[in-house]
Amino acid sequence: MSATKSIVIRGATVVNPDAVFEADVRVVGALIDAVGDALEGDIVLDGKGCYVSSGFVDLHTHLREPGKEEAETIESGSRAAALGGYTAVVAMPNTDPAQDNVATVRFVREQGIKANLCEVMPSGCITVGRLGAELVSYAGLADEGVTLFTDDGTGVQDEDTMKRALVSARLANVTLAQHCEVSSMTNGAVMHDGACCSSLGVPGWPSLAEEQMVQRDIDLVRATGAKMHFLHLSTQGSVQMVRQAKAEGLPITAEVTPHHLSLLDELLTSFDPIFKVNPPLRTAADIAALKAGVLDGTIDAIATDHAPHAGHTKEQPLDQAPPGMLGLETALAVVNTSMKLDARKIVELMSWNPARIAGLDARHGRAVAVGEPANLCVWNTADVWEVSREGLASKSKNTPYHGMNVRGRVRHTLFNGQIVVNEGKATR
Amino acid sequence: MNHLLSTHDLSIDEIVQLLELADHMAEINSRAVPKVPALRGKTIASVFFEDSTRTRLSFETAAKRLSAEVMTFSASTSSVNKGESLRDTIETLTAMGVHAFVVRHKSSGVPKQITQWTNAAVVNAGDGWHQHPTQAMLDAYTITRNFGDKESMAGRTIAIVGDIKHSRVARSNVDVFTRMGANVVLVAPDALLPSSIEGWNVSTASSIDEVVGHVDVLYMLRMQRERMDESLVISLKEYTDLYALTEERAARLAPHALLMHPGPINRGVEMQVDPSEVPGSRILQQVANGISVRMAVLFSLLGGEISPAATLGGEA
Repeated sequence: MSATKSIVIRGATVVNPDAVFEADVRVVGALIDAVGDALEGDIVLDGKGCYVSSGFVDLHTHLREPGKEEAETIESGSRAAALGGYTAVVAMPNTDPAQDNVATVRFVREQGIKANLCEVMPSGCITVGRLGAELVSYAGLADEGVTLFTDDGTGVQDEDTMKRALVSARLANVTLAQHCEVSSMTNGAVMHDGACCSSLGVPGWPSLAEEQMVQRDIDLVRATGAKMHFLHLSTQGSVQMVRQAKAEGLPITAEVTPHHLSLLDELLTSFDPIFKVNPPLRTAADIAALKAGVLDGTIDAIATDHAPHAGHTKEQPLDQAPPGMLGLETALAVVNTSMKLDARKIVELMSWNPARIAGLDARHGRAVAVGEPANLCVWNTADVWEVSREGLASKSKNTPYHGMNVRGRVRHTLFNGQIVVNEGKATR
Repeated sequence: MNHLLSTHDLSIDEIVQLLELADHMAEINSRAVPKVPALRGKTIASVFFEDSTRTRLSFETAAKRLSAEVMTFSASTSSVNKGESLRDTIETLTAMGVHAFVVRHKSSGVPKQITQWTNAAVVNAGDGWHQHPTQAMLDAYTITRNFGDKESMAGRTIAIVGDIKHSRVARSNVDVFTRMGANVVLVAPDALLPSSIEGWNVSTASSIDEVVGHVDVLYMLRMQRERMDESLVISLKEYTDLYALTEERAARLAPHALLMHPGPINRGVEMQVDPSEVPGSRILQQVANGISVRMAVLFSLLGGEISPAATLGGEA
């Protein structure tokens, strides 16, 4: 085996929890070897005008494999993640078969290792088959390294089932992540239930359907003492409830997606299913509340809910097309374009906090410092570029940002000390 | 005008012009041989993914009176049953040389979606709860021609009674009537109103008795029994108590007031009176006007540069 080549990221601004400073960063093998001035190395990556931080961590990625490889594979999704600056993603369990068993969880992890573009961390289901009835063995999957459990795509409807799930999760020391949606209130729903929906004549998706479950679960967390993460919050009411619950000291975390920070329900006047997503795009008031939640720490993380769908499925009538949109390759740029955030806050929302929530913080979401794992991202907030669905690495094309100009770009990504993205291009 | 997808796509001037064109069409329809060569050589595909009798026949009759070829497609007997996608269906028919699609679908927005897969004109013949633009146009035609005020219905009070929430007719009519200056009152139980009527520029009333004595037009909507089965609303009896047109209520209509209904009528539900015994009833006139208005729409979309006067004069 040849001697390991050293890599130097030159001229970037290091973003760490305790300090933001200009320095070169040298990587040797899988670790950061030096942080300092005028470092030399075998391979030099240009970091001028960029930040260098721990790689991003996505709490909410649908990789579709096994089951829907037509839309995405673990390899294509991992490549999209790397291009988006992610060094770790949590793979959602609504695969076919679902990730409610050791064999499927192992398969997902191993496919991620084979792709070797980022760490693919499988999540587990809360209930068997995501059917909302029988609880999965959390301890059994925790032995496989699973830390986050969710029935994402649906919420756990039954109160007693959810309560028992929380009790079991606390014993197994894992976190449950809820997709908050009271399904009896969203039967056939297409978009946010408001003025636009009423005018278009489509079944409405009331904010209350989300908020009712957020409130119920806050009460259940208070009763059980278990940890809970709220997926993709979308309404102003939800933000307010989580803010109060956190003030009370409950062990609750929450995420928001880039699209819920940037896109309005009015986009559905096009009847283009590309804008159909669960939870739905909402109003300007909701966006303002979500942004306020991001700024004051009520929202802990930005998560993509990257949801690839094969082209033909999005060519169906709006009420029949599946919900979901791509997110991995545009997340940084969309967040940076939608909100004024300093670099430290961006890394907190996209790396440090999600790494901690997912239990990935031994390898991801760490300081850029000597001896730390070289899971790094070099990115800027200045480059303006036009999103093109044809230019994406995902197997699917359902980005809602096609043709839009966004600001901020991932330049290089290092995973385990290897350059997986160089000058915005995947190396493998 | 490339397509007719929604009343919102049309300015009031354009609507008024279409209604004037419909006057020409009505004259043709009054002839012994009601047929002109205006659209000879054009092929119109009547593509109904949802069952319909009157709208389909009305469009097909309108097309034939303009000498267009009519290609009929109905979902229940077609390749859609074999799983063919919407896009493939439209692209296939387009490849056969269709100049216009007349589309009915149970899902809102389908006519608009179809425009991306064809160069042909698309006419919305009713999509979900969204829009039914030719119905609004024929209703505006019926109202303005009855009141003799061709350009406007300014100051008229029009009550629309029934299931507004699930009604494409209501959405199209509210838009056209209000923009033409009418005062529109929606008469419905809360559960059958949309969750928001922000921007609709209408008022509401909670029983037909509140409005029947002082409206210029009483526009009854069909109450679908399925909605009752969903126990979405109130019982049928409660509904008819408050919202059905009874003989007693019909008798309270002003002498000049018009009674309208888009059909098909649910006798014994919203219509508890025989409409033929209501002097102001224009329900059958609406049907006749529908052909003239749809001829005007098809001609506007497909007639090209040929002036209506030149083309419409001759006989086929």
